[in-house]
Amino acid sequence: MNINIILAGVGGQGILTIASVIDRAALQSSLTIRQTEVHGMSQRGGAVQSHLRISNREIYSDLIAEGTANLILSVEPLEALRYLPLLASAGRVITSTDQFINMEGYPAMEDILTELHRTNLPVLVNAAELAREAGNSRTSNMVMLGAASPFIGIAATHFEEAIESLFHAKGPEIVAVNIRAFRKGEELSQHQATTP
Amino acid sequence: MNKQLLLGAEAIALAALDAGISGVYAYPGTPSTEITEYIQKKSHAIDQPVRSTWSANEKTAYEAALGMSYAGKRSLVCMKHVGLNVAADPFINSAITGVNGGLVIAVADDPSMHSSQNEQDSRFYGKFAMVPLLEPSSQQDLYNATRHAFDLSESVKLPVLLRLTTRLAHSRAGVERSATRMQNLLHAPYAPERFVLMPHNARRQYNLLLGMQEELEKRSENSWLNRLISGSGPKGVIAFGIAYNYVMEIRQAYALDFPVLQIGQYPLPRKLVESLFNECNEILVAEEGYPLYEELLRGYFGGNNIRGRLDGTLPRAGELNADIIARGLGIEPKKVRAIPGIVVNRPPELCKGCGHRDLYDALNKVMNSFAEHHVFSDIGCYTLGALEPFNAIHTCVDMGASITMAKGAADAGLRPAVAVIGDSTFTHSGMTGLLDAINDRSPLTVIIADNDTTAMTGGQQSSATGSKILDICRGLGVEEQHIRTIIPLKSHLEKNITILAEEISYEGVSVVIAQRECIETAARKKRTQAARS
Ligand SMILES: Cc1ncc(C[n+]2csc(CCOP(=O)(O)OP(=O)(O)O)c2C)c(N)n1
Repeated sequence: MNINIILAGVGGQGILTIASVIDRAALQSSLTIRQTEVHGMSQRGGAVQSHLRISNREIYSDLIAEGTANLILSVEPLEALRYLPLLASAGRVITSTDQFINMEGYPAMEDILTELHRTNLPVLVNAAELAREAGNSRTSNMVMLGAASPFIGIAATHFEEAIESLFHAKGPEIVAVNIRAFRKGEELSQHQATTP
Repeated sequence: MNKQLLLGAEAIALAALDAGISGVYAYPGTPSTEITEYIQKKSHAIDQPVRSTWSANEKTAYEAALGMSYAGKRSLVCMKHVGLNVAADPFINSAITGVNGGLVIAVADDPSMHSSQNEQDSRFYGKFAMVPLLEPSSQQDLYNATRHAFDLSESVKLPVLLRLTTRLAHSRAGVERSATRMQNLLHAPYAPERFVLMPHNARRQYNLLLGMQEELEKRSENSWLNRLISGSGPKGVIAFGIAYNYVMEIRQAYALDFPVLQIGQYPLPRKLVESLFNECNEILVAEEGYPLYEELLRGYFGGNNIRGRLDGTLPRAGELNADIIARGLGIEPKKVRAIPGIVVNRPPELCKGCGHRDLYDALNKVMNSFAEHHVFSDIGCYTLGALEPFNAIHTCVDMGASITMAKGAADAGLRPAVAVIGDSTFTHSGMTGLLDAINDRSPLTVIIADNDTTAMTGGQQSSATGSKILDICRGLGVEEQHIRTIIPLKSHLEKNITILAEEISYEGVSVVIAQRECIETAARKKRTQAARS
């Protein structure tokens, strides 16, 4: 197994929570992990990314090479496009459609969608809405993780255990709502995969 | 499962604790901050207490660490690359005195300047001070090398530099711990012949340091951090530090078999380098940073068989990655997709609701009434005032330079001369410049943006905030009626404009302190309070 994931978003959106769940799930499965983070300057409302590599053999580079990412998992639609040069030709984009507009010249949503549809079967997720349906609008990151989970190659039970261990200290209700959010995303993804 | 996922920075911290340090001394700076933060978080879980609060700047941190080593105990000192410029004086001189307890300097470079003003290469300082320098390439190697650095320091009685870069500092991987060891006992022998660096002692000590160099090189020859991976020529690669990762990534991805010399300990092991040169007729020199050793290997005139950053095989500036190394080896990675043309930049910005915004709104109103409206500023979150929509500041050079540059410009006749500086930057190295201005009666207004924290690097405790800053200004000699405080809030805009205008038009040294807590740290405090109750 050998998977390269680009996590993308805007500083403050919490992509590192997603990374942390995937890390835990991979560690549970005794896999090797390398995961970069962005700290400092660009954290403040700027574009942020994390390179996450999981493998059952030695990983050398912390960074994902051009054209070798299997997944781009983005919590913002424009941010998904920023890392397209890293995506492998058969790679998949899983992105939230919730826009975060904090700069001049943000493009029209239809143009963003056109570009997304040029990639191989993108999974587009109305994450905020699904998070609300799950019971807490702040769980959209777990919706996104759920939507990406069928493509990562780690069993869903490992992800759910990882969510449980990450949110354990915040009490059973928070754990439950995050797992519901995860399942919402997973369902949507399965559904989109079977209905072309 | 005995591996834990740690950032490179955290791997150093854990290794230093396990190696038996008695203290860490540091001033925050991306990407080095997490080393000290990890120790602060963990120190309660340790049997023997470890001293870990933030220092006022890198120079005070370094000198305190040297003092702890003088007293026989192990100390770690951490900073970002430009911090070593501030601490360069004690650093260089501590190589002349030598150390007692192990002294390790973890310095984090930032190639490509993700969060910095330059991409200076700290390996230069290692050579400059003639001390051993370690540059591991993985998180596990960082852990092991930190322990090795303390042992080496105590064995050769020199400070040891541990260099890492942003990518390693801020990337997680599984790390396995080794056995913990006790701290050293207090042991402070009198040794004025080493520590009183008057010329007669300094000359002898310097000669001792020069005499050590052969021994240090021998240690590099035998270090586990330097190793030759055999292969078949005619091309070979010398991979320094983290460049090793990218070289091996390409070697694996394209199933290549060239020999690789991995370098992770300096001074450079001459014999190992020689053996690679004997094996190959062309060598790619891959260094994450300046082409420091490429230059040395080429010599002044030669080096026709050497490829690297100096002949354009690799870019002269910026961080390396696997694609750059591939191109350097003549492999063109195939382009799959480009960034669509509609993608625009998303630059960082001041948080919504940040007090710095309200300060700049008021200051812009005042400065716009002057023909010359230069504002000298400094490094921190408030530097984002240089961007749209504020365009409020016109300089940011090095920590503390706002006050001193404004003073120099005032001396040259520029009116008004205004400086904007944060609370942590003020105590880092702004205070001394303010004293210069007072002694010279330079007409200058210093605005201290006191948000009660060191925000840019993640909200660390500042050395002085609130009334302490007022006391410092009084103590330095600023006249009481020209130390004013304002609260940067929308509702205070008119009042703040008036006060700023009054002080900026005053022909002498004035200070305006804008006091309002950082909204990030305020929110964090609220969350931890809620979690407790
Ligand atoms: C010599 C040096 N040390 C450390 C840094 C890293 N650094 C940049 S800004 C900053 C903190 C500034 O804090 P403060 O002045 O309080 O401003 P704030 O970010 O809170 O607005 C630090 C530590 C640096 N750039 N240079």
